[in-house]
Amino acid sequence: MNLHEYQGKALFAEYNLPVSKGKIIFKAEDVIEACNEIGGSKWVVKAQVHAGGRGKAGGVELIDDPNEGVKFAKKWLGKNLITYQTDKDGQPVNSILIEECTEIVKELYLSAVIDRESQKIVFIGSCEGGVNIEEVAKNAPEKIIYQGVTYGDKSLLENATNIAKVLKLDEKQTNQFLPMIENLLRLFIEKDLSLLEINPLVINEKGDLHCLDAKINIDSNALYRQPELQDMYDESQEDPQEAEAAKSDLSYVSLDGNIGCMVNGAGLAMGTMDTIKFFGGNPANFLDVGGTATQQRVAKAFKIILKDPEVKVVLVNIFGGIVRCDLIAEGIIAAIKEEDISIPVVVRLEGNNAEKGAKILSKANIKIESINNLSDAAKKVVELAK
Amino acid sequence: MSILVNKDTRLIVQGFTGSQGTLHSQQSIEYGTNIVGGVTPGKGGQIHLEKPVFNSVEEAINGVEPNASIIFVPAKFCKSSIIEAAQAGIKLIICITEGIPTLDMLDVKKQIDELGVRLIGPNCPGVITPGEAKLGIMPGNIHKPGSIGIISRSGTLTYEAVKQTTDLGFGQSSCVGIGGDPIPGSSFIDMLKLFEEDDQTEAIVMVGEIGGNAEESAAEFIKNNITKPVISYIAGKTAPAGKRMGHAGAIIAGGKGTAEDKIKKLTECGVHVADNLVSIGSKVDEILKS
Repeated sequence: MNLHEYQGKALFAEYNLPVSKGKIIFKAEDVIEACNEIGGSKWVVKAQVHAGGRGKAGGVELIDDPNEGVKFAKKWLGKNLITYQTDKDGQPVNSILIEECTEIVKELYLSAVIDRESQKIVFIGSCEGGVNIEEVAKNAPEKIIYQGVTYGDKSLLENATNIAKVLKLDEKQTNQFLPMIENLLRLFIEKDLSLLEINPLVINEKGDLHCLDAKINIDSNALYRQPELQDMYDESQEDPQEAEAAKSDLSYVSLDGNIGCMVNGAGLAMGTMDTIKFFGGNPANFLDVGGTATQQRVAKAFKIILKDPEVKVVLVNIFGGIVRCDLIAEGIIAAIKEEDISIPVVVRLEGNNAEKGAKILSKANIKIESINNLSDAAKKVVELAK
Repeated sequence: MSILVNKDTRLIVQGFTGSQGTLHSQQSIEYGTNIVGGVTPGKGGQIHLEKPVFNSVEEAINGVEPNASIIFVPAKFCKSSIIEAAQAGIKLIICITEGIPTLDMLDVKKQIDELGVRLIGPNCPGVITPGEAKLGIMPGNIHKPGSIGIISRSGTLTYEAVKQTTDLGFGQSSCVGIGGDPIPGSSFIDMLKLFEEDDQTEAIVMVGEIGGNAEESAAEFIKNNITKPVISYIAGKTAPAGKRMGHAGAIIAGGKGTAEDKIKKLTECGVHVADNLVSIGSKVDEILKS
């Protein structure tokens, strides 16, 4: 689960990390009061969306008159911001973070992720922060440092010193940096993060380290023990169909083809999409009904797939391990009757009680094609979708 | 021979009396697996599926001398269940449960490595040695004793590979689902080593998917260490690139992790890659008969 910058910065503040004084606003008329409360004569206004690249897309502005901030808020609130990290529709802007302006002397990069390969929490640092960091990683890898921390390690002195060197920090900044790394690791572990990124981490005019941005992703599997973070979920930033599917424990991603897919297991779902493509068709979606597909979930899955007007045929591919194919067959029949589905449905059942399932489908008085062989089933849907 | 499990495996089930534990234990017993008991805290002394229930793994060890454990407890309790079994002295633990927080797994992985315990999973279908023992949730009837070792990150894709090798008459020595989580207990490489040493295994099928670089590391390992033919399939050629936040993921992945990259690397390292999910079996056939 992603957090907005303002939510991430609230967590930073909680963990004694240096962030700017700021206010979040949801209505344009609140801008002036927010600027007055923050004080000073220069502010930064930042559109809040779950994506990077906001500055280049016009979603961040420097203002020296609160009225400009009002104009900015009117321009963006309720609109979508399209950056190179979003899809073509962009992400809706529902709030704007107003902050006091920070004089930037130098932009650095700092992040932490869980690295699958080394099985450690890895801090990544670079003396060249800002939007071109991926270019730096590609073209000047010597400017990036990776420091893995083994779970449970308490002393980070060596890691922090190594990163500080690559960041070219002076003595004062290095002394600020060690507690910063310790606090970031504590935040990472205590709040179950899977990604934390400060880009840029800046050196301000006083020569102090300062966090100018905050990107945080939380491990969704750990949300049960992070009640205060659950409240930070912003459904508006998710694809509406995908969010709807997630509520029923279905994993759904919309694609641009015309063959609807309903599969159990993420790997098999991808494999089924690949097979359709292999035989010349185009999948309309990825949909994993999960290991314990019930009649209700099958019905819900049909509903979600058929919301896409492009879908001309649906391929159901279930390899029953945990699930019983006869139950799935009954679920499919009930869903087709209930939803009054008129487009062709091809069903491939294999595994646990597959023969029983196929028998139930063939006896049902509805238009379903039951094909036991996956390549034949894929070829059939490709033909029907033409 | 086989790897990890066989007819001498003495299995206990953690989360024995729960609905998932009960369902899959029943099926495993029917398959012929030697389940010697189960653990459910607070239910010690009861008899479930005609097997004794214990309050803790330690009590079970004293009572029925198991040498493997399978875990069906809910995700939030898995970390303590795995560590309990490892500390009590169980050397092979299979965790079926999905949805365990990644940081829990970082902690678990560190501890089991220190204790020299083999963990399969989490978020996996388990391990089966056809005709001998089924420690997992896979449908037993699609398997057949034979010569192919199967390793996979995905449950239902494993079944697909199993079905195809069964239909063509090869059968399987053992099949291991290592699970799809970011921090798995065992890697492709761990399993490749075991299959290389196993006399019954003539060829290895490795089923991978996009994300991470487990397949790339495995490819490198195969090139230098595996003499048996390895056939692979990678799912996710058509998967779309997701929305993303920030740069850290991209920097650390360094452009790796796509199906194309994996297939290229595997091919370079001498692995025979099936170009399609439905041709895993025929690829095995082609390689073993050539």
